[in-house]
Amino acid sequence: MSIDAPLEEVDSRRRKGKLVSKVITLAHGGGGKAMRDLIDDVFVDAFSNPALNTLEDQARFELSDLAKYGDRLAMTTDSYVIDPIFFPGGDIGKIAICGTVNDLAVGGATPLYLTCAMIIEEGMQVETLRKIVKSMADTAKAAGVLIVTGDTKVVERGSCDKIFINTAGVGIIHQDYRLGADKAQATDHILVNGYLGDHGAAILDARGDMCLSTKIESDCAPLQDLIKTLLDAAPNTRFIRDATRGGIASVLNEVAESSNCGIEISEENTPIRTEVKGFCEILGLDPLYLANEGKLVTIVPENEVQAALDAMRAHPLGKESADIGSILTDGRAGRVHMRTCFGGRRIVDMLVGEQLPRIC
Amino acid sequence: MKYVDEFRDPVKAKALLKEITQITDRLAEKLKRPVYIMEVCGGHTHSIFRYGIENMLPNSIELIHGPGCPVCVLPMGRVDDCVAIAEQDNVIFTTFGDAIRVPGSKKSLLQAKADGADVRMVYSPLDSLSIAKKNPDKEVVFFGLGFETTMPSTAFTVLKAEEQGIKNFSLFCNHITIIPTIKAVLDSPDLQLDGFLGPGHVSMVIGNQPYNFIAEHYNRPVVVAGFEPLDILQSLWMVLKQLDAGEARIENQYNRIVPEYGNKPALEAIGKVFELREFFEWRGLGSIDHSGVQLKSEYAAYDAEKKFVVPAVTIADPTSCQCGEVLKGAIKPWQCKVFGNACTPETPLGSLMVSSEGACAAYYQYGGDRIDAVQIEEDTAQVESL
Repeated sequence: MSIDAPLEEVDSRRRKGKLVSKVITLAHGGGGKAMRDLIDDVFVDAFSNPALNTLEDQARFELSDLAKYGDRLAMTTDSYVIDPIFFPGGDIGKIAICGTVNDLAVGGATPLYLTCAMIIEEGMQVETLRKIVKSMADTAKAAGVLIVTGDTKVVERGSCDKIFINTAGVGIIHQDYRLGADKAQATDHILVNGYLGDHGAAILDARGDMCLSTKIESDCAPLQDLIKTLLDAAPNTRFIRDATRGGIASVLNEVAESSNCGIEISEENTPIRTEVKGFCEILGLDPLYLANEGKLVTIVPENEVQAALDAMRAHPLGKESADIGSILTDGRAGRVHMRTCFGGRRIVDMLVGEQLPRIC
Repeated sequence: MKYVDEFRDPVKAKALLKEITQITDRLAEKLKRPVYIMEVCGGHTHSIFRYGIENMLPNSIELIHGPGCPVCVLPMGRVDDCVAIAEQDNVIFTTFGDAIRVPGSKKSLLQAKADGADVRMVYSPLDSLSIAKKNPDKEVVFFGLGFETTMPSTAFTVLKAEEQGIKNFSLFCNHITIIPTIKAVLDSPDLQLDGFLGPGHVSMVIGNQPYNFIAEHYNRPVVVAGFEPLDILQSLWMVLKQLDAGEARIENQYNRIVPEYGNKPALEAIGKVFELREFFEWRGLGSIDHSGVQLKSEYAAYDAEKKFVVPAVTIADPTSCQCGEVLKGAIKPWQCKVFGNACTPETPLGSLMVSSEGACAAYYQYGGDRIDAVQIEEDTAQVESL
């Protein structure tokens, strides 16, 4: 997927600042030469595209260019504050792109442009920042989006935890798509694109408090292409959502409530890695509530389920796609159940507060 | 996980359920009421709800969720003491995850943390000791709680602190013992109980012998049970078989983990470091004699209650709360006046709503179907009586 950046704007700035310092200091957020050097050398260099390179206070787009993609503008924003900033399977930069791209794509939008605002704690190594920025640039390229404007602030030590990133994004929704949490109907099926809970488990593990040595990696990935594949195969898809914080349990509860329906999923058919299951067993956590960063939940009408599954499974990000349950015809509205492997049936409720490990 | 899957086999479950139903139906007919079995341990309560076991059982058996959730029986006054210690300058207060949300009379540890106290979640008391080593200029306090299950690791940590000469570590001890508690439950006048599922993890430490009095003096069967769903079903079946035969014995279903006489090194460590308190206050149950432990005087240097000034005020449970009646099985969680309205997992009044092992939180989260069914039954009964 390629996007046409507005080409008629000229690269008005010929300067190419060079960052000398090895460490980020308050001066790099001060608006003077140090900041200009940082922006030129780190950000513009990595993100380079005509819309960004003008370095005006705003990125500019031709409406006629946007209209080629559909008839509605989609807009979203998210802030990323993850600890640790580098973790197995990704880093804060990658997640800052994936999260926002996915938030656009699950609405049926083609993600086009992102902003990037960073709050950096003084003392960060420039090399570390470069790594994060490179990761953002690589992920943006893979996701087919351009980073077109940004902002940098440097705060005193202790005022933020290493680095906070905010990305906002715009995309265009195709005229044929009308996805929504309120669109689920009885007999529709619930599909996911692979193993659940990897990201949440990887992050908890990477914090190192548990001293468990697992090989769980974050599933962090941009999903726009998988979603396009899905929507091409199953054009009457009702709803798509990336199951981030709160896990699939929260997404399903939202659907049950918005669509006023009952949902049942099968524990047996819900793909969760053995390592993640074991991790949760030890800590007393429920994988259904663990965060994902590259997993979507979609609701597809019964007659398009097979086409959707086949298409998703043929995509590199959907090999382990599974049909995990359905919208009940006689379910109690607003309630999500799981049929357990053991043959029981339990309610899967909305998570209250944070999941906390149990004592014993 | 192969090892775990064997304990979650739905085919075996079905066979067991068939037998369970046959026996309970027979017993219930004789008793003219359902058979009441208490699972003492919060871990069992959690498993029962997580695997949907309650919904699989016939109506002729009723599970009573007992007092074995250490977070749930912690009185408000002790939480206030925690907050008072945590809010002192220079203190790092360390605690297990689900203790952090228990409400005190003014705030929980989570709120104290938000207000600036250095409260940290740990997975083992040894983590607290490491924190103490890394922060020699701070006082590190470990909030020790739990039954005999967690007592040995706390005891070993205190012994290790002594051995390594770590002086800035101390223990705020809220460990409790299971036997006096079961006795208090058995002695309560409003109790209707036919048998027990014994706590597997506690028994791994103390063995099976300490339960003998339940069979001998109270004539109730006890089956020490594991935590996998098949463990629970098999244990229920074993209790029912005893009831059906008119017997009351102590049996050990969890013998792959629980040794008859307990874990000797663990018991020795407990015996070395701890002594029984004269009495200990329980949330919902009031004061129970010899139901808590404290550090022996030799270890006073590690006792946070001696190191810090704690308010140690007994705070009465909120009058609207009926935690005690729920704990003793006298009422069901949803029959409590404040269940689901004033008392929810977001704003728990009673501690049974705090931990996922607490009966109220479990019903709030997983019990909707059961509550609906009871409501329909009551509505129908009302219509019929009109």
